[in-house]
Amino acid sequence: MTAAATPTPTIRSASHAPFDVERIRGDFPILSERIRGKPLVYLDNAATTHKPQAVIDAVSRFYSAENSNIHRGVHYLSERATVAYEAVRERVARFLNAPSARQIVFTRGTTESINLVANAFGRSALGPGDEVLITGMEHHSNIVPWQLVAEATGAIVKAVPITDSGELDLDAFDRLLSPRTRLVAVVHLSNALGTINPVRELVARAHAQGAVVLVDGAQSASHLAVDVQALDCDFFACSGHKIYGPTGVGVLYGRESLLERMPPWQGGGDMIASVTLERSTWAPVPAKFEAGTPMIAEVVGLGAALDYVESVGMPAIAAWEEQLLSLATAKVGSMPGVRLVGTAHDKASVLSFVVDGVHPHDVGAILDDDGIAIRTGHHCAQPVMHRLGIPATARASFAFYNTPAEVDVLVRGLERVRTVFS
Amino acid sequence: MGSLSELYQNVILEHNRSPRNYRPLDEGSRKAEGSNPLCGDQVTVWLRMDGDIIGEATFQGSGCAISKASASLMTGAVAGKTRAEAEALFERFHRLVTGTLDPSEAETLGKLAVFSGVSEFPIRVKCASLSWHAMKEALNGGER
Repeated sequence: MTAAATPTPTIRSASHAPFDVERIRGDFPILSERIRGKPLVYLDNAATTHKPQAVIDAVSRFYSAENSNIHRGVHYLSERATVAYEAVRERVARFLNAPSARQIVFTRGTTESINLVANAFGRSALGPGDEVLITGMEHHSNIVPWQLVAEATGAIVKAVPITDSGELDLDAFDRLLSPRTRLVAVVHLSNALGTINPVRELVARAHAQGAVVLVDGAQSASHLAVDVQALDCDFFACSGHKIYGPTGVGVLYGRESLLERMPPWQGGGDMIASVTLERSTWAPVPAKFEAGTPMIAEVVGLGAALDYVESVGMPAIAAWEEQLLSLATAKVGSMPGVRLVGTAHDKASVLSFVVDGVHPHDVGAILDDDGIAIRTGHHCAQPVMHRLGIPATARASFAFYNTPAEVDVLVRGLERVRTVFS
Repeated sequence: MGSLSELYQNVILEHNRSPRNYRPLDEGSRKAEGSNPLCGDQVTVWLRMDGDIIGEATFQGSGCAISKASASLMTGAVAGKTRAEAEALFERFHRLVTGTLDPSEAETLGKLAVFSGVSEFPIRVKCASLSWHAMKEALNGGER
């Protein structure tokens, strides 16, 4: 699935019906808020997305009518809560096209999903001299866990460099990949640059060398149709709050044979088969990786979010967002004194840029005064900034509830930035 | 609600464009670095001490207009001051940008008063005070 940043004359959707963005906006209560007296223009979707009323209602309904702990009680509410929680596991499996719900582990978010793999897989499978291959465009959450596990096991972390346009250097990938590579950890859609990596191809090359592959899907899950079987990846990590669901819930998909082999990484209730004071045995996957009371209401909210997203349809979402990104790329990219950062051929959602002579924080502050929310800074991807020789960027990131009119508000805001700092 | 024009006063924009004392100092000076890991802002402050008096203060770094202008104006404001005077000035400046300075004290800050608008933007307090923290660290030893 690629969403190339090339202008498309019309918006394609699965049904060929026009994409009714105003109806969609009506489903998100926060979008009618006013910020400093102006309509909210929310372009910080890569940081977190807003929640449709259906998600807010699902969480509220759970606490109002179903709240109970799961997998424990014989009582009615506990059983209902358990059914609701486990139904979302099935829902997520369908969303990612995982072969079975047993391969879906609930976590607190992408960061925890990656830390789970780094600890449970990394500490049992890595030894001195083994290599973990990451890339120069990873979020800190797909760098630091590998550095920690390398320190503990004697493994080595290597990084595939990126090009000036923000694409992976595939020749360097091939050179760095070797029989010593045990694991490749790669971002699907870069939060700092918007680059879509050719994950399917990378997985094939890594598998040929016997390495397993973890895909950081924090950004991709809400912008691209994800099919973990087509990608053939071994692990896929994503977050609920970036896909219109609650904060505090995430997902780890794992290949069943790997999940079976991996030891637990946290101990506690719910993850055991039996416990004596001397030793314990583990519950089968995925319970083995879900110690303690999980984020039950948030999981229920995530289920509502996925229902909502699929009711709109991922192809329609991707087509609308591609249109928005193309428009913004053309309009912002042609402004004098503005330089786009990350101009890969395959991109989605993210428009990173710098304004000559104006620090991104000042860009963000002036846009904020116009009610426009963007992210400024290093986007938890400091190696990307070092590589491109810039301290920070301003980043607009689009979701399917954004509009072409909001792109124009952004452009007018940037004109004001240039006036203030002229 | 804070006004953007009070935050970005002309003096601040001008010091951002043409920062004063923007250079390193040679050996014999003290230096300290300040950084804000949340936003990536980074500043290095150098001080040449004449006994207890700051003979010269300079800086380099990257950051937003508020942090750059603050460093620029600070280097001018602390030059010629004793260590105790410079620390007292920082203390008053910090109260200015956090909105806890008594108005009667504002005039003792001279040009630094242009940062009064920062108090309406709490997340920018760190930008305005980054170089001051580095200056204080340099005063209290720093790297030689």
